[in-house]
Amino acid sequence: MDDNKKKQWTENTIFLVVILGCGLGVDNTYYLQIMTFIGINTLLALGLNMLMGYAGQVSLGHAAFYGIGAYTTAILSGTYGISPWAALVCAVSCAVFIAFVVGLPTLKLSGYYLGMGTLGFGMIVNILFREWSTVTGGSSGFVGIPMLEAGPVSFMSGRNYFFLVWMVVLVAVLLCRRILSSRMGRALRSIHDGENASLAVGVNTHFLKLQIFMFSAALGAVAGFLYAHFVMFISPESFGFMVSVKMVTMVVIGGMASVWGALLGASLLTLLPEVLHGFAEYEMIIFGLILMVVMIFMPQGLTRGLLDIYEHSRKRDKRHGN
Amino acid sequence: MLRIKNLKCSYGSIVAVHGVSLSVKKGELISIIGANGAGKSTLLLAICGLLKNWEGEIVFQDKDLKGMSPPAIVRSGISMVPEGRQIFSPLSVMDNLKMGAYTMYRKGLKSQVEEDFDMVMEMFPILRERAHQLAGTLSGGEQQMLAIGRALMARPRLLVLDEPSMGLAPKIVEMIFNVITTLQSQGVTILLVEQNARAALKISHRGYVLETGKMVLQGSADELLVDDDVKRAYLGRDYGDFYDGRDA
Repeated sequence: MDDNKKKQWTENTIFLVVILGCGLGVDNTYYLQIMTFIGINTLLALGLNMLMGYAGQVSLGHAAFYGIGAYTTAILSGTYGISPWAALVCAVSCAVFIAFVVGLPTLKLSGYYLGMGTLGFGMIVNILFREWSTVTGGSSGFVGIPMLEAGPVSFMSGRNYFFLVWMVVLVAVLLCRRILSSRMGRALRSIHDGENASLAVGVNTHFLKLQIFMFSAALGAVAGFLYAHFVMFISPESFGFMVSVKMVTMVVIGGMASVWGALLGASLLTLLPEVLHGFAEYEMIIFGLILMVVMIFMPQGLTRGLLDIYEHSRKRDKRHGN
Repeated sequence: MLRIKNLKCSYGSIVAVHGVSLSVKKGELISIIGANGAGKSTLLLAICGLLKNWEGEIVFQDKDLKGMSPPAIVRSGISMVPEGRQIFSPLSVMDNLKMGAYTMYRKGLKSQVEEDFDMVMEMFPILRERAHQLAGTLSGGEQQMLAIGRALMARPRLLVLDEPSMGLAPKIVEMIFNVITTLQSQGVTILLVEQNARAALKISHRGYVLETGKMVLQGSADELLVDDDVKRAYLGRDYGDFYDGRDA
């Protein structure tokens, strides 16, 4: 028990040191920007990972919550001039409320049916962004999102924004781990295998799934908020079906049911397109190939796969050392 | 303690249980025996609320269970050891037991949970050794012990076991049945569903025989053990019995 806590503390400290190191050590604006995007995607993957990796519920419409977060803050702070921080509260509440209303019926479904249900929801929300042009700016996008400020600190510079995003990620990581080690987290992991046994020990599985759906929607909305104020321009494409698929891929590639897996998956899927720019039109082919290779050789995801390789080589070293 | 009257369960148009009645008194160990497809598991699912569409009456401690959700039924004092164990394989043994105490934590009875841990670990010392291992890596017998331990963590007034001997080596079966007897002597009321009729009846007070969804026989365990119909249908006959009266 205590060992586990100690391990978590070490991991969190290392994580914090890495964030500080990257933030202070990197001067290149482009790199800072990429790392900020990794942070935003990590938030998305973390939220979805709680739902998919731990509770075993697939959502193919999660980009909707990302979009709801982004558009709520854009409309409130851009059109109506409300403080972005107040808009953040509205964005999160809005996403949580919508998750409640949508989750109530859809989470009774399971497997493919849940996937279809959430897919439909994602599409409806995306069409709304596109067609409700008087409010959302339609398919040409929403211009004029203000930048973030907190008293004397402006988040205009890449470095400040980097720190803002990664501090939020850190808090989200701590929060997820706290939830996972609680009674609720155990119950969550227990329904992954099938719900009957969980019901039989007294877990209200439907309510539990609903709670975690709302939680992951909240994380998505926060990510949307950070994205909107970072890019200062949003359009429906950023929250479409392909983005939902990308989020699912991040979780699967990184490794389901692992907090660090979400980070790894988000990093890989943000970095790959950047690195592969040089291959021009072959980009998508190489991208697809890498994903296939990972899934074939590391079906449990990168985190588990890399750990296995590490443990394997350590065992071999030991054998050779003797 | 538990009274079932004229229970009917069906899956779509297929009726699995036709008008079954039974009763379990406080402190009793009752077994329900029957072949595959007799409706034993369906009956248990109805008791635990995992099956919704049933007709008739199930009353537990003067409370009607009709329409109650599975969690509410667990809170009222019924714990089930499900068929095929159904332990939580991605969780550690410890976490599985904690899951069993889910409703206890909810009531804020943490100190009692600690006591129950010790009680379960004493009953199954192997689980203490394996406490931090993932439950999916346990052997079949250990998993069955874990499933029973998990059910006990909720401090049930009525423990329902669905085929605890299934797929286990005879030695382990004997051990599991010993544990069941011990629990009964400690005052837990037990409803045991088994295909292994002889072993179940030997430790029970009373038994019910279920056949294609109907209750065909009931009586004290001793009576059922010597009943000719039961013997022929479920217990199997000795080689000697088979030739008695034929070759003589």
